[in-house]
Amino acid sequence: MMRRWSLGGVFGAVVLAVLVLAAIAAPWLAPGDPLDIVGRPLLPPFTDPRFPLGTDQLGRNVFAGLVHGTRVSLLVGLAAAAAAIGVGILVGTVAGFIGGWTDEGLMRVTEAFQTIPTFLLALAMVSALGASTINVVLAIAISSWPATARLVRAEILSLKSRDYVDAARLAGMSRLGIAFREVLPGAVQPVLALIGITVGVAILVESSLAFLGLSDPNQVSWGGMVANGRAVLRTAPYLVAIPGAAVAVAVLSVSLVGDAMGRRLLVSREG
Amino acid sequence: MLKVRDLAIRFAGRSASEAGTLAVDGIDLDLDRAQVLALIGESGSGKSATMLALAGLLPKSARTTGSVLLDDRSILHLDEREKSTVRGRRIGMIFQDPGGSLNPVLTIGDQIDEVVRTHHGLDRRAARAETVSLLSRVGIGDPAARARAYPHQLSGGLKQRVAIAAALAAQPTVILADEPTTALDATVQAQILDLLVNLVQVEHVALLLVTHDLAVAAAVADRIAVMYAGKIVERRGPEQLVAQPGHPYSRALGQAALPFVAAGDGRHAALPELPGRMAAAGGTACAFAPRCPLAVDRCRAEVPPVQPFGDGEAACFRAGETAP
Repeated sequence: MMRRWSLGGVFGAVVLAVLVLAAIAAPWLAPGDPLDIVGRPLLPPFTDPRFPLGTDQLGRNVFAGLVHGTRVSLLVGLAAAAAAIGVGILVGTVAGFIGGWTDEGLMRVTEAFQTIPTFLLALAMVSALGASTINVVLAIAISSWPATARLVRAEILSLKSRDYVDAARLAGMSRLGIAFREVLPGAVQPVLALIGITVGVAILVESSLAFLGLSDPNQVSWGGMVANGRAVLRTAPYLVAIPGAAVAVAVLSVSLVGDAMGRRLLVSREG
Repeated sequence: MLKVRDLAIRFAGRSASEAGTLAVDGIDLDLDRAQVLALIGESGSGKSATMLALAGLLPKSARTTGSVLLDDRSILHLDEREKSTVRGRRIGMIFQDPGGSLNPVLTIGDQIDEVVRTHHGLDRRAARAETVSLLSRVGIGDPAARARAYPHQLSGGLKQRVAIAAALAAQPTVILADEPTTALDATVQAQILDLLVNLVQVEHVALLLVTHDLAVAAAVADRIAVMYAGKIVERRGPEQLVAQPGHPYSRALGQAALPFVAAGDGRHAALPELPGRMAAAGGTACAFAPRCPLAVDRCRAEVPPVQPFGDGEAACFRAGETAP
């Protein structure tokens, strides 16, 4: 019956839970603005109990930056992924179910988006729209919906010729009602498995944009911290390593959870 | 009530120049409330295409001519919007695979509620009450609890009962059943057939039963129409068709359906089989002639007309004769 969660899945879930808690508890874990200068500059980690992870070259608390950065990374990652998956589901369902010219048109648009690398598109969008958190979310969402759209379309195509769709048509349900109420629920399972990848990529793109200085300058973010620490890489490598590791751990935990979810769904589909 | 006249269905070829395939070659059917009409024939005889045409579920590549009247209203060439009103209220369908006609990700109650709400404009609570009543009418025990089950939690026979309840939910006047018992165990088969016959009387609906099994058809139908190569070759009452088949094809079907003909030495004799394959529809001769043990030159030269035979009619020059 129910297979147990894999070790990787449990690990990812625990790490993700810690990150979410850190994001929620950030104002209590590290009170005040994390961008404030609070101590002596370039204090190495584990030397001053007030600054467990040291300070950067301006004397800002690295630990405070890290926990507040969790908020930005997770928020942007989840919001962008939610928007991307929402758009993808809508486009994929309509294209797959209606078919014909609607399908052709929507799929050509999807392909046009797919030909541009995700990061390049997001970079161009944020450069054009300006660096704010909302714009970063929009840019990531717009550059990452095509994968979901194609997946949903393929699922819908395989489901729409089932007998229960004919039965619903005979029962007098409208086409849109059948598409979204009868067919879509069967097509979202593989999308759930795609969430991990989409969120992971969103977090990565957000960090990369911040690294290039394309994020809200009034909010601390892991990518921005890495960019900041780059100047003193030889003398204080921990300023790059700590936020860099945070990005890696966050993306890894999200994709481990996504992978575990996908496997479980696969099992329940086959069983 | 349901009146089909000269219905022909042609599936388009790959290109405009290609003639395409004639699936149904001008058939007539009549069906009244509280009646069961069985349409029997082998694969490719056009019985499923006929049913899909009645349901309005033929693919776009199919061209239909002739007329289908339901209570004197044409239902053959309707647009999507008209179909969604006429179809649901008037025609219900039961599919061969009971699992396939139920949505695997919705509980059976939710699925039937959906139909009930579309048709009666009831709120959630009233719709569920109607759903539970439908489930109990198709003989499902503890219907309120079953309504919360998913299709995969039910057996094949129960799923088919649920599919029948779903078809009844829209209060149709005609129910089309496409091999409704083929995918089921023999014992369950009999129960489902009993249920269908019973519902036809109780709910006062007309049932068009499509099957390849003469035994099934003879057990439940008031009239049987035998299809071969897109045409109805014989139309009889069940007892007479089994006892004295008119068309040689009906006779062959009857022999193929005889269970376990014991040979003299105690072993089971092989079931008789029809040699060759079915001819294409729409020829200028009897389509059955190439496989017919009674065929004469005339059968290969002209299409035999439908003539009265016994309590019905048959389209054969040598109707009722047996092979020497």
